[in-house]
Amino acid sequence: MTLIQKFLGASAVLALSAGAALADPAIIFDLGGKFDKSFNEAAFNGAQRWATETGGTFAETELQSDAQREQALRRFAEAGNNPIVMAGFSFATALTDVAADYPDTKFEIIDMVVDAPNVTSVVFNEHEGSYLVGLMAGMASKSGTVGFVGGMDIPLIRKFGCGYAQGVMAANPNAKVIANMTGTTPAAWNDPVKGSELTLAQISQGADVVYAAAGGTGVGVLQTAADKGILSIGVDSNQNYMHPGQVLTSMMKRVDNAVYEAFKAGDALVPGINVMGVANGGVSVAMDDNNKALITPEMQAAVDAASAAIADGSLVVHDYTTDETCPALTF
Amino acid sequence: MTDILTLLDATLRLSTPLLLACLAGLFSERAGIFDIGLEGKMLVAAFLSAAFAAMTGNVWIGLLAGIGGSLILSAIHGLASITFRGNQLISGVAINFLASGITVLMAQAWFQQGGRTPSLTGNGRFDAITLPFANALAGVPVIGPIYSEVISGQTILVYVALAFVPLSWWVLFQTRFGLRLRAVGENPAAVDTAGVSVVGLRFAAVAICGVLCGVAGAYLSTGLQAGFVKEMTAGRGYIALAALIFAKWRPWYALYACLLFGFLQAFALRPDLIERWLHFKVQTQLLDVMPYILTIIILAGFVGKAIPPRAGGEPYVKER
Repeated sequence: MTLIQKFLGASAVLALSAGAALADPAIIFDLGGKFDKSFNEAAFNGAQRWATETGGTFAETELQSDAQREQALRRFAEAGNNPIVMAGFSFATALTDVAADYPDTKFEIIDMVVDAPNVTSVVFNEHEGSYLVGLMAGMASKSGTVGFVGGMDIPLIRKFGCGYAQGVMAANPNAKVIANMTGTTPAAWNDPVKGSELTLAQISQGADVVYAAAGGTGVGVLQTAADKGILSIGVDSNQNYMHPGQVLTSMMKRVDNAVYEAFKAGDALVPGINVMGVANGGVSVAMDDNNKALITPEMQAAVDAASAAIADGSLVVHDYTTDETCPALTF
Repeated sequence: MTDILTLLDATLRLSTPLLLACLAGLFSERAGIFDIGLEGKMLVAAFLSAAFAAMTGNVWIGLLAGIGGSLILSAIHGLASITFRGNQLISGVAINFLASGITVLMAQAWFQQGGRTPSLTGNGRFDAITLPFANALAGVPVIGPIYSEVISGQTILVYVALAFVPLSWWVLFQTRFGLRLRAVGENPAAVDTAGVSVVGLRFAAVAICGVLCGVAGAYLSTGLQAGFVKEMTAGRGYIALAALIFAKWRPWYALYACLLFGFLQAFALRPDLIERWLHFKVQTQLLDVMPYILTIIILAGFVGKAIPPRAGGEPYVKER
């Protein structure tokens, strides 16, 4: 055995033992950033909750560009982190390649389905949650016109818009839903100026409730809605506190629960598709002190009734991503 | 009619940051310093003005801080491309990267709100001002509504931006400083022969560029918005560069180009109007790329010719 081979062998042993010691879970945040007050932050909160409850530690990284996805995945897998959770649909391509190379590592991808024996796919029924907030918007609107501001124009965001429009129509069949997308590039997630302008444009068309599903762009939407005295609806995390009394509600995706459960399961994470909907508390509407004054008893009753109906299957909200059409809205 | 007014209103709001950045680039490029770091300077200014406005509660201190931050980046660009004769494009790209990273880093360190500043309230924001006679003139046909609804009721920075157009024209084309500044972008050797400092003039131009970018950034975060969000400039610095080429490096044309680009952006917000007026559906994406398409058409020489300052992009080396 040459010297080099010895060195290589020694370093391989070291790497293996290091990997065995480091079975900490890991989480990779998407381009929106860990503290986006929305999707990624919810994921971070879930991981944080696991850490405080169990006293464990986890590895994390925030991506700066699309090119880093596979690199970050491989680095965590090489380091022996298990399970590795990815917050965001954009990881699908990278994960498909990486998952096959590390059969002993468990992966969890949120918002996307990747079919591999060691991957758990968590998908949310955003259309159901959006239906509920749409129901409230339809009841809260006095003008009968409500708005929707999406971020990047992708099927997932259309799914939000479509569920929302169905909810609005259920509350008020004569209502008009104005839907705008901010853009077609990732810059659309961080353009509050355009979010504001879209909100103003919708207000000038008569909208008095606006639902923002647009990441950082939504900050501008909520701000303008508050400035102009109309109601807005937040997304992903509970955003009611941002303008107390002026945010009708928030459509919460319990990404935190998904991450928490995955971290808790650890190596025993069950592969497959995990659908989080209204029935199992995966999506819900935010009710707290900040929006209490805005919620009428009728609204609460309607939301409760619709939630129960969705949970027991008697009400089916159409999912845009299944057939790329929407009965209540044309994009 | 109200639709047209709201459209023009949005046009003016969206044109303002483009116009300020475009004039900033105009001064810099007329002096022979290409600046693709407009985006980065605006971003830093947007962050610092929102941060200082949030901390002091005074938007004017915020504006000064924004201009200061933008000037620091200008100084870096000047140092790299004038003093050390580096590549101006690379320096500009570096400034954009630096701004993109440092704003989020500082925002997180100062406010712990995930790379954004707290929401600004009260005196922390630029309020809309009502111009004199706006209410009295509102009844006058055509001019009245345009004056009271579109021109009046903007924040003060909009009027500052508009005032910079004649001011820039006057400085560049009516003063000795302006003549020298333009000469330094065309033929720096001649300016040097006349005994005028090429380095000094170029630094002055880059500093003016910094001030204008500072105002543009402050307008984004404290005029249009109530706080900073990461990457909130969203490519406006690049559209301003396109407008600069479209305007063939002239102040009045810069105003027209920015108003046109702003109008295209505002029009893209209202697909319903497009459909009602044109009777067919236009993809809003098409309107979004129009500034770039128009710029390419101009650059390709189909409509007039865009000739950049001759010494643009080249560091000046004194003959020995």
